[in-house]
Amino acid sequence: MSAAKNINITLKIWRQKNAKTKGGIETYKLDNVSTASSFLEMLDQLNEQLVNERKEPVAFDHDCREGICGSCSLYINGRAHGPDTGITTCQLHMRMFNDGDTIFVEPWRSKAFPVIKDLVVDRSAFDRIQQAGGFVSVNTSGRTIDANSIPVPKDDADKAFMAAACIGCGACVATCKNGSAMLFVGAKVSQYALLPQGKVEATERVLNMVRQMDEEGFGNCTNTGACEIECPKGISLENIARMNREYLKASL
Amino acid sequence: MAKSALLKSSIGKKYWMALTGLFLCLFLVGHLAGNLQLLMPNSQLQFNQYALFMTTNPAVKILSYLTYISILFHAVDGILLAIQNKKARPVGYAKSNPSANSSFASRNMAVLGTLVLVFIATHMINFWAKMHFDEKMPLMTQTIEPAPGMKSEYYVGRAVGQYYQVDQVKLPGEKEPEAGLPPKQLEVKNGTDLYNVQANVKVGELYKDLHKITFDFFKDKKYGLYFTLFYVFSMLVLAFHLWHGFQSAFQSLGLNNPKWTPIIKFAGKAFAVIVPILFAIIPLYIHFSK
Repeated sequence: MSAAKNINITLKIWRQKNAKTKGGIETYKLDNVSTASSFLEMLDQLNEQLVNERKEPVAFDHDCREGICGSCSLYINGRAHGPDTGITTCQLHMRMFNDGDTIFVEPWRSKAFPVIKDLVVDRSAFDRIQQAGGFVSVNTSGRTIDANSIPVPKDDADKAFMAAACIGCGACVATCKNGSAMLFVGAKVSQYALLPQGKVEATERVLNMVRQMDEEGFGNCTNTGACEIECPKGISLENIARMNREYLKASL
Repeated sequence: MAKSALLKSSIGKKYWMALTGLFLCLFLVGHLAGNLQLLMPNSQLQFNQYALFMTTNPAVKILSYLTYISILFHAVDGILLAIQNKKARPVGYAKSNPSANSSFASRNMAVLGTLVLVFIATHMINFWAKMHFDEKMPLMTQTIEPAPGMKSEYYVGRAVGQYYQVDQVKLPGEKEPEAGLPPKQLEVKNGTDLYNVQANVKVGELYKDLHKITFDFFKDKKYGLYFTLFYVFSMLVLAFHLWHGFQSAFQSLGLNNPKWTPIIKFAGKAFAVIVPILFAIIPLYIHFSK
């Protein structure tokens, strides 16, 4: 890897005071950005500049900054989490950009994810879908048997684990032309449907989670496959197909 | 509740899109097999017999009503889905780069489908409606030379060996021959039935000449080229619609696994290329043939 250098960029960022006001794109010039910095560090640098200029800093979501919490969102240059695959925004580095680049930064766009401020959106619709069925109601009164004592075929365990890698970041919704949440719900349905502990409640789970998903106002899946490509955790479309199967079984 | 969800829920709507779509793929195969007869030399009688069978056979009737229902359901369901999907993103992106993660066909199914629907409407007006409802639908004739130098036009009867000289037959709405000429012996009633005028007895049945309608349509001196080009363009649109739609239907029905999905995807793409090309060859052949 070549040594880090400094680049000058132009940022076009969505600014919106709060959920009720109308927002718009603002342009900022930012000089001396190290290509070794992450995208979020670059935004920190911009905010420092804005604070020094006595302007309101840009609000954006972030937490762990190591690609596991799913907080950082951002639609960068027309792609969820920017121009790289298998990453969240905190894992996007400025070496992906060139000197003189103009970079668009926008919040996730979905009716179910309203903008709270600037680049921050309300993703509690995902929480409500989870609360509708994304759990196993095991008795944890103290005499529960150890989960590992139930034999699970390796193949199923692997698939369930891969589905459970979903961090609920919402990139699938943001990138889907229909604003559909089916990759998220598919992953959550799958991780339980594949395991013996989850099978017990599989019927109500899929019906309730899909009903909640529809009520939240997410769009319908048209199998474009964009979500699978933009998902930072590589959740497969097979999970949507599994949800479709589970839903059919549960409805008949 | 669960039962009504099969119609109303997001996933339920997708099942219906998939099932009707796959049924329409089967319809395409059947329709194509029928149309390909037009490429055979001297196919006039065979094609008109086939057209008669397709419009009268009870089993075919059931299939054709299923096809009408499928087209309508596929279109209405598709429009409902497209409206919902539009509503799911009230504010769009200032900069979007969709080609980075999805194909052109997959992103434009609604537009492609609408164009196919427009084509189906024009196609039904030009052929289906004429076959079913046009009282002036031409009847099949053939030039026969029973003896040297006695060449003339004959209507072809459905029974083997039945021919009726054209100038002996009175068509519906046709005026009586001028005074001095003998009155015509035969008369066409109910579209294709041939009656003896004096005895008022049915003597035979004729064929509607869908073959002629088709050839005249694409060979029309003024518009034939445009009709042909519109047909070919519509088949290109259909190809894109199928390119995504075929394999998408299997995914919607939950049929996705590592072994079969690559085969389904390949079959879908082959179907999307071969079927529209074969359809498009027919009007091109007709238009440019002598």
